[in-house]
Amino acid sequence: MRALKHNVSIGILVLAPSIIAIAIFVYGFIAWTVRVSFSNWNSFTALLRGVYKFVGFRNYIRLFRDFRFQTDLWNTLFFTLFFLAGAILLGLLLAALIDRGLKGSRIFQNIFLFPMALSFVVTGTVWSWIFAPGTLPMDPQGVNLLLHKLGLDKLMWGWYTSTQHFGRFNVALLPVIIAAVWQLSGYTMAMYLAGLRGIPSSLIEAAKVDGATDFQIFWKVKMPLLKPITLSAMIILGHISLKIFDLVFSMTGSGPNFVTDVPAIYMFELTFRSNRYAMGSAIAIVMLVMVAVVIVPYLIGSLRKES
Amino acid sequence: MKKGSTIVSYILLFIFAMFFLTPIYVLVATSFKPLKEIGISDMWKLPKQPSLEGLVKAFKKLGPNLKNSFYLTIPATIISSFLGSINGYVFSKVRFKGANLIFTIILFGMFIPYQSVLFPLIRFLQKINLYGTIPGLILVHVVYGIPITSLIFRNYYSEVPDELVEASQIDGAGFFGTYARILLPLSIPAFVVVVIWQFTNIWNEFLFAVTVTSNPAKQPITVALVNLAGSQVIEWNVQMAGAIITALPTLTVYVLLGRYFIRGLLAGSIKG
Repeated sequence: MRALKHNVSIGILVLAPSIIAIAIFVYGFIAWTVRVSFSNWNSFTALLRGVYKFVGFRNYIRLFRDFRFQTDLWNTLFFTLFFLAGAILLGLLLAALIDRGLKGSRIFQNIFLFPMALSFVVTGTVWSWIFAPGTLPMDPQGVNLLLHKLGLDKLMWGWYTSTQHFGRFNVALLPVIIAAVWQLSGYTMAMYLAGLRGIPSSLIEAAKVDGATDFQIFWKVKMPLLKPITLSAMIILGHISLKIFDLVFSMTGSGPNFVTDVPAIYMFELTFRSNRYAMGSAIAIVMLVMVAVVIVPYLIGSLRKES
Repeated sequence: MKKGSTIVSYILLFIFAMFFLTPIYVLVATSFKPLKEIGISDMWKLPKQPSLEGLVKAFKKLGPNLKNSFYLTIPATIISSFLGSINGYVFSKVRFKGANLIFTIILFGMFIPYQSVLFPLIRFLQKINLYGTIPGLILVHVVYGIPITSLIFRNYYSEVPDELVEASQIDGAGFFGTYARILLPLSIPAFVVVVIWQFTNIWNEFLFAVTVTSNPAKQPITVALVNLAGSQVIEWNVQMAGAIITALPTLTVYVLLGRYFIRGLLAGSIKG
């Protein structure tokens, strides 16, 4: 029950600026972007002229036939899959290790979490140097240099400049995925730790009395209780991954033959480098739809849970 | 058996700690190298003759942008925190039809890819003459900060017993009186969480920064750092020193107030 029954109008008045701002800046602007994506505004002069010409789905059709955009979508798919798997498994493992409460756990926890405080741009800058391949085979750099010093020359490869692919999976994405896992697995760890600490100790005591080992307790008692956390983590990280921009932009850019390109980078280049606003807007709307598919059910779910 | 698993745990913890700290090692070691030691064959080595050359040069180049970032982040953080607080108060304590629905509709705004509002946003900022300015960026961050700040305060205020609010009403305090006397004094922890969260996010943000400000003199530090890499010959010591300068403010906040940082992090995943 809410306490202030008699202050409804004043409450709504207080909210009004925020509601109006969100209505314009989120929903109004999205509608505007949709409108642009159905137009022929694909040059600066067309924009200046300001005459709106409706072209239907032409920009979208062109986009889905475009090799670069197709590559972007595949890259997003594989990036999301591997990044989610990596960040969730590593986060869970780290949480399980920290949760044992060994001496010094606190320090380790802080080490695992600090990348969350950094900008994606900083992460991209550092990892782009670590994974820079150098000129192979004579002038290795970064990780390749380490491999060379260890006598593992055979393992040197082009990292994010490699154009190798398995089916539609560009292996150049791996270094970017590693950087993203580095940055965000501390986040999943924190989520799991919060979950683990919420498990009543009586439950664990009971399992111990029944003779369960630590390992069994973790898998049979704790894991099932962590399922909702895994779901939240997948949704939060998944939507970050679908719209990833800063990290890729600062670390690798599009890469040779678009091996590390993602929709956000293509959108940025179309809109701000080549003035193809309608095409850029179409990409933005595709990205929005992808994110909405993940987020809207989640939001509706938490709305229902509350009421 | 117990002892064995403890040792294994420590080994794993150390291996992962190395993974997490490698970039920091590279950052710090490279920043303190003089120009003549930054050849790629020395990349993993510690500086032989530590020098502040890189840091000084990076600071010269990024200094103005560092200032921009503070001018942007501090007002935006303060404004959006208070806005979130008053919104959270209404959403948690005022009873009106459709409150949860409106809240959810607002909440969606924090998940959208900002690309989907970017082009209209820039046209709009151009119309109101705020394009390319720090106040323009402040406005953007305040508006798109509404969902998360309102969420954190709403969840925080829901824990405040309604009886307190009712009692204050019976005492004759009005809407704002109750807010100022009852909620605000209790809000310090929530303010700390929100301030840290907004500070970190706005400081680290790149997409709005790079698209709303095109003049290098007006750009926040994240944009300047990326542009640093764009020059023909990359001086890695300067580049890494630049990354350190960019990271230092948020990292300091994390080191000093990490506990609250984690709370903001978890609030972002909207589990009530």
